[in-house]
Amino acid sequence: MTDILIFILLAIVIVAFSILAVTSKHVIRSAVYLLFVLLGTAGLYLMLNYHFLFAVQIAVYAGGIMVLFIMAIFLTHQPGENVRKKTNWKIVSSSLLSITGIALCGYIIVKNINRIATFARGEEIDMQNIGMAMMGTEKYQYLLPFEVISVLLLACIVGAIMIARKDKEEEKHDHIKTRIEELKDKSENNKENKI
Amino acid sequence: MLLLNYSQPLELSGIIESVDTFLRTNMSPGWATFVEGVIVCVAILALYCIIALALIYIERKITAFFQARLGPNRLGPYGVIQSIADMVKILIKEIIHINRSDKFLFYAAPFFVIVSSFLAFGVIPFGIDLQAIDFNIGVFFYTAASSIGIIGVLLAGWSSNNKYSMLGAMRSGAQFVSYELSAGFALMTIVVLSGTMQFSELVEGQRYCWNLFNGHISSIIAFIIFMISGHAETNRGPFDLPEAESELTAGYHTEYSGLTFGFFYLAEYLNMFIYCSIATTVFLGGWMPIQIPGLDALNEVMWYIPSYVWFFGKTGLLIFLSLWVRWSFPRLRIDHLLNLEWKYLLPINLVNLLVMVVIVLTDTSLAGLFPSLLATN
Repeated sequence: MTDILIFILLAIVIVAFSILAVTSKHVIRSAVYLLFVLLGTAGLYLMLNYHFLFAVQIAVYAGGIMVLFIMAIFLTHQPGENVRKKTNWKIVSSSLLSITGIALCGYIIVKNINRIATFARGEEIDMQNIGMAMMGTEKYQYLLPFEVISVLLLACIVGAIMIARKDKEEEKHDHIKTRIEELKDKSENNKENKI
Repeated sequence: MLLLNYSQPLELSGIIESVDTFLRTNMSPGWATFVEGVIVCVAILALYCIIALALIYIERKITAFFQARLGPNRLGPYGVIQSIADMVKILIKEIIHINRSDKFLFYAAPFFVIVSSFLAFGVIPFGIDLQAIDFNIGVFFYTAASSIGIIGVLLAGWSSNNKYSMLGAMRSGAQFVSYELSAGFALMTIVVLSGTMQFSELVEGQRYCWNLFNGHISSIIAFIIFMISGHAETNRGPFDLPEAESELTAGYHTEYSGLTFGFFYLAEYLNMFIYCSIATTVFLGGWMPIQIPGLDALNEVMWYIPSYVWFFGKTGLLIFLSLWVRWSFPRLRIDHLLNLEWKYLLPINLVNLLVMVVIVLTDTSLAGLFPSLLATN
């Protein structure tokens, strides 16, 4: 009974804030609404007694990714400004795309729900088992995918550094170029004034 | 359990048990659980406020001691009622509304900060049977819960529509995200040593030898790094540049007044207490009294001192250390601060984690070297 009540509460929170996150016109508010959605999902994991995933959801999504999102929004030009309304064509295409996504996920869930009911025991999963499953090389142990993901992250970091840094030579050139342009503008202005 | 061998006249487990049986005999199981939940919530809330009031008074007195002055001394003997008077004052102050700011985010921000510190507060074991919830992943939960607070700080800085607040929030974000990493790694080092993340098992494992000594070199390095990064996470001491009053007025909470400011203030004080108590539990044996195997008479005497006194004693010692640091060092510059984390603490920490793994694998921790003296089981 209480389980169902809490589930309904969480579901309402998740659905309401998902809709708000998409429809809000302030980018930063969308980010905060998304944060509530992620926290609600963490609540669902807690209901399932899956404490590890619950803590990961909070630490990684709420405490990590959302902080980066918010900081990135701060760094954009005018984060408080209203977003322009999308054209009709964009609304239709994106809604079609999201319906396809929902259908795909729904199909997978409906197909596998029986299996989960038989395999999941509903009791708390031991930290050591999770560690073994992630770091082992035997059957049903996932060291290789784990490491492949870390290589992907490494590639992301290298890429970010490549984009963010400028060559020192290039920077000098840029600096000189802007300086020359400024001088040109000034001299033109002076000419106009004299005329 | 082994604990029952010694008499513990002053523990609270008896009272808790009698309340539990009283509720269960008089109500249906569902309602009994509900009422117990409410009681626990109220008890934790009350404890939270009382600790905050006590900490504010203690901090002012210790600060005065370091600066060779008297501190609060007008209200009550030695000024003990001063912080209560301050609390009443802050409660009846007007909350000033800011024009052209995002109202929803402006008023939501303090709640993020206080809820996060509250969640972290809930998992601390204060003594025997004095823990609200004993997660299997306690240490990890603490890291996760305390990481939400920074969102409140960022939103506060942004929604205040004030350049100083914004600068403070950006500094605080950079600082928190970096030092959180160090704190997490330092805790992981001890998790490797003790093989568990559950607070009750961590405390039980330190019965005869604290983790600080058990992992010798590696543990001590982890302890120092955890204290430094905990200090930096709470925006205090030499790391208080997010709210550096001489350059940013008050940083991210410049525009807050009354109770909304009170939330930030409360959370800052309690975060100091929380990281000190986590350090106590993880490194200094938590509520476990000092015991030496074989010396039963001594152990009996030690158990007469109730566990919560041990806990608050050890935590108080760490808080004193943290205040000592706060009033002894000048404020860092932001680039020095980030250098300290990314160029020194993090590499040291990663190597330290490897050293700890080697110590555990070769069984050269103190408990491994002298199993007859120090091993728990």
